[in-house]
Amino acid sequence: MLTVEVEKQLGEFFLQAAFDVAGGVTALFGPSGAGKTAIINMIAGLTRPDRGRIVLDGEMLFDDEAGIDVAAWRRRIGCVFQEGRLFPHLSVRHNLDYGRWMSGHAADPDAFGHVVTLLDIGHLLDRRPGKLSGGERQRVAIGRALLMRPRLLLLDEPLASLDAARKGDILPYLERLRDEARVPMIYVSHDAGEVRRLATRVVMLDGGRVTATGGVELLDAARADMHA
Amino acid sequence: MSVLELTPQDWTAILLSLRIAFVATVVALPFGIAIAMLLARKDFWGKSLLDALVHLPLVLPPVVTGYLLLVTLGRNAPVGAFLADHFGIVFAFRWTGAVISCGVMAFPLMVRAIRLSIEAIDRRLEDAAATLGANRIWSFATVTLPLALPGIIAGAMLAFARALGEFGATITFVSNIPGETQTISAAIYTLTQVPGGDAAAFQLVIVAVIISIAALIASEWFARRATARLHGA
Repeated sequence: MLTVEVEKQLGEFFLQAAFDVAGGVTALFGPSGAGKTAIINMIAGLTRPDRGRIVLDGEMLFDDEAGIDVAAWRRRIGCVFQEGRLFPHLSVRHNLDYGRWMSGHAADPDAFGHVVTLLDIGHLLDRRPGKLSGGERQRVAIGRALLMRPRLLLLDEPLASLDAARKGDILPYLERLRDEARVPMIYVSHDAGEVRRLATRVVMLDGGRVTATGGVELLDAARADMHA
Repeated sequence: MSVLELTPQDWTAILLSLRIAFVATVVALPFGIAIAMLLARKDFWGKSLLDALVHLPLVLPPVVTGYLLLVTLGRNAPVGAFLADHFGIVFAFRWTGAVISCGVMAFPLMVRAIRLSIEAIDRRLEDAAATLGANRIWSFATVTLPLALPGIIAGAMLAFARALGEFGATITFVSNIPGETQTISAAIYTLTQVPGGDAAAFQLVIVAVIISIAALIASEWFARRATARLHGA
């Protein structure tokens, strides 16, 4: 369970958002510039909010009044970024192992094998990220985030850099992830189709504010609004 | 006459030059990486001053740099006397002093190359490392440092070449003592000052050219290899 109540001034833009996230896939949905990525970065600990609180499973990650700001590397929140951000100097295998190295855990071949099978990346293990296609890169990025055993998985427009055909290739992997992995996920997107397929809950954002929260039927209401 | 007929004194100068340049590069490297990291990543009061200070040996006449070293690290200078009295460390007229002057002269080139390569790194990769549980030190060791490696190698090689050719600051600071501080450059200078020394000087000139070209080729090769490794050959 994640509780987010954050405020931040970003130039002219004022972000003020509050919402809760339980299990399943929560979509942060809204047009570009709505503040979705800013919120994700605050949850991950990469950007500091001006004010507010972020609580994950009862642990205070950020609280400006109490002066708490847990460093990103201690938060154990997995991130999949739009551009993948795989380490170019490491093989796919070492990219996948990176989170485990940093946490000092022993190798877990079962977990490794499971994630590799889930994402179908076994044939890529000895390659460098530079030799991967966009879709392969995103699958490896998802695997890397999963293998660090996150308490929460943040996916920031993971399909935005892919063409329509590649998106169609990856969506089934994300659906499997949702159904098989027991990690709560926050999925950022401005694509209603993706959100409708993946999300169990939707948080609508616009202009730095939460405009509505609820089920995927919110998307239909939003569309009706647009056409009204 | 064969092309190269080197005397034992020539060999002494050549080996001493290589030793001084090598030690100067190795000693300067950690400082070079630290300063480059500081200049590339941090904003702090006095940053432009530090930047200027690092670059000073590049623009000052080498004789001036050598003189400044002499009046700070010389046997009777404040810092030099302190080091000599308390630690028994003496730089003046020793080969270790030549290491200092060569290191100082080579430092700006080294820092420049390393700084450029650090600035070229996508910092979002370090963010990614942080979300995977890497603290600052680990993120530096496993992401920043390997990605900056081509620049670090280039910087080290440039510094080595610069240190090998250093003359003005070194001769001013530690003089020109055969076997102790007489490098190739200083030996060539000495030979050109005596009647009939031209032929012997020319031998050393050839050696200097060979070493410099070899260092250049080696640096290209290392940098290319490091870059290829980085991008997955």
